[in-house]
Amino acid sequence: MVGIDAADLAIEFPLYHHNARSLKQRILASSGLRLKKDEDNRIVVAALRGLTFTIGRGERVALVGPNGAGKTTLLRAIAGVYEPVAGRLHVEGEIGSLIDPAAGMDMLLTGRENVVLRALYRGLTEAEGRALAEEVAGFAGLGDFLDVPIRGYSAGMNVRLAFAMATAMTPDILLMDEWFLAGDADFMRKAEERLAHLVTGADILMIATHDMTVVRKWCTRAIRLEGGRITADGPVEDVLAEAGL
Amino acid sequence: MSRSAVAPVHAFDAANPRRRELAREDLAGGLARWRLAWALARGDITHRYRGSILGPMWLTLSTAVMLGALGFLYAKLFRIDMTDYLPWLTVSLIVWNTLNQTVTDATTSLTGAEGVIRQLPLPYSVHAMRVVLRNAIIAAHNLPLIAVIFLIFGVVPRWTALLAIPGFLLMAIGGFAASIFLGMVCARFRDIPPIISSLMQVAFFVSAVIWKPSQVGHWEPFLPINPIFAVMEAIRAPIMGETGSLFVWVAAIGWTAVLAAVSWAFFVRFRGRIAFWV
Repeated sequence: MVGIDAADLAIEFPLYHHNARSLKQRILASSGLRLKKDEDNRIVVAALRGLTFTIGRGERVALVGPNGAGKTTLLRAIAGVYEPVAGRLHVEGEIGSLIDPAAGMDMLLTGRENVVLRALYRGLTEAEGRALAEEVAGFAGLGDFLDVPIRGYSAGMNVRLAFAMATAMTPDILLMDEWFLAGDADFMRKAEERLAHLVTGADILMIATHDMTVVRKWCTRAIRLEGGRITADGPVEDVLAEAGL
Repeated sequence: MSRSAVAPVHAFDAANPRRRELAREDLAGGLARWRLAWALARGDITHRYRGSILGPMWLTLSTAVMLGALGFLYAKLFRIDMTDYLPWLTVSLIVWNTLNQTVTDATTSLTGAEGVIRQLPLPYSVHAMRVVLRNAIIAAHNLPLIAVIFLIFGVVPRWTALLAIPGFLLMAIGGFAASIFLGMVCARFRDIPPIISSLMQVAFFVSAVIWKPSQVGHWEPFLPINPIFAVMEAIRAPIMGETGSLFVWVAAIGWTAVLAAVSWAFFVRFRGRIAFWV
């Protein structure tokens, strides 16, 4: 059963590779609320604290909140990049991650070769990757650029390619950071169509964004994060109204 | 693309971290993605020589240049016969270069893949396999030089050359374990890579790379205490037509097993921290 279930989830970033002593003096003195010492006396940033939520099939969740609230960290934790220091996390379903469009891309390879490479990252074979490239080509609308090294791409073209790749692999759970809004109007319309199609199944969409138009248009539920904690969770209009947006 | 019937699950409970199980899954998942590790390793080599006419053949050529220069110089310095020394030095230097480069690459196996580690969930063992395969490709470009030199100096390989295969296998396993262990330690403590590179410079001189083991006289039987010598000798001796002493093989296998065990223990304990370290 596709779903995400978190109970009392916490993630902390230790501050390695800094001059710990001077950092301690400077930051702890100014009492940054989210900086604390863990039991080994290291300085850590409490990125996420005590998160409890359940997301079921068919839900389209917007993560809203100010910069540094922990939205991207939560997406990465769900994707399986960061291991929680406390709490439980249970994620069931194939994950498509659109957290960083450049992740796992090779700037020197062509768009087509990058699709094959991404397929390999997902544990598919080269042949499956080449089949996928055809599908991606149709959606991304890159035309001849598909056979050009991607370092010659514009930011928007990169986004198209990344979005087409992530959605072509029909994930159960699609995690998205807000960068993909860099596409042009035509692309946004296609993206919206595809997402609608994708989410009508048993899928979950989770998107971190500051764009409230996108939240209202695409999402059914909003989770507001502030300082690493959930401050509001519920239907989009309720959460946005409460935050005065 | 058809959707798989059973949805994959990833679950983590900080109260019951199941570290050993997750480490096993990582290893199995990494080995299952050998195609990816191979594609990345091949990309590393082709990108390095992008736009160059000779391409990866530069690997062969630069080794040949070094052999030519060192061969003449040291044969003169040590007053040994060139026809006897140069074939030996060829094998010795190529094996050393492979081992040295693998260790150097191992220190950056994880920090070098930071972009991927922090963005995509992927078994960490893929990065270790990438290091091993990349160096296997480089070795494959250098090994033909041995055949050329043997042909020039009329050295005929004996059946013992087959024993070099388990020797290379030991080096590959050691390289994989080192990429995991050093990759992790070097991601956490950024002073380790320069320490390793100075240790490898010392190792070059003490591990009988340019001098023959027989030159140390009655110390010779003790040389395999040095793990680098043991692993190198398990490859070099068979190619040079000897079987290598029993102690060499015991030491090479023993040291590789120790490295693998330490690296596994580390991996089980700290695997979950890697994403925060890189």
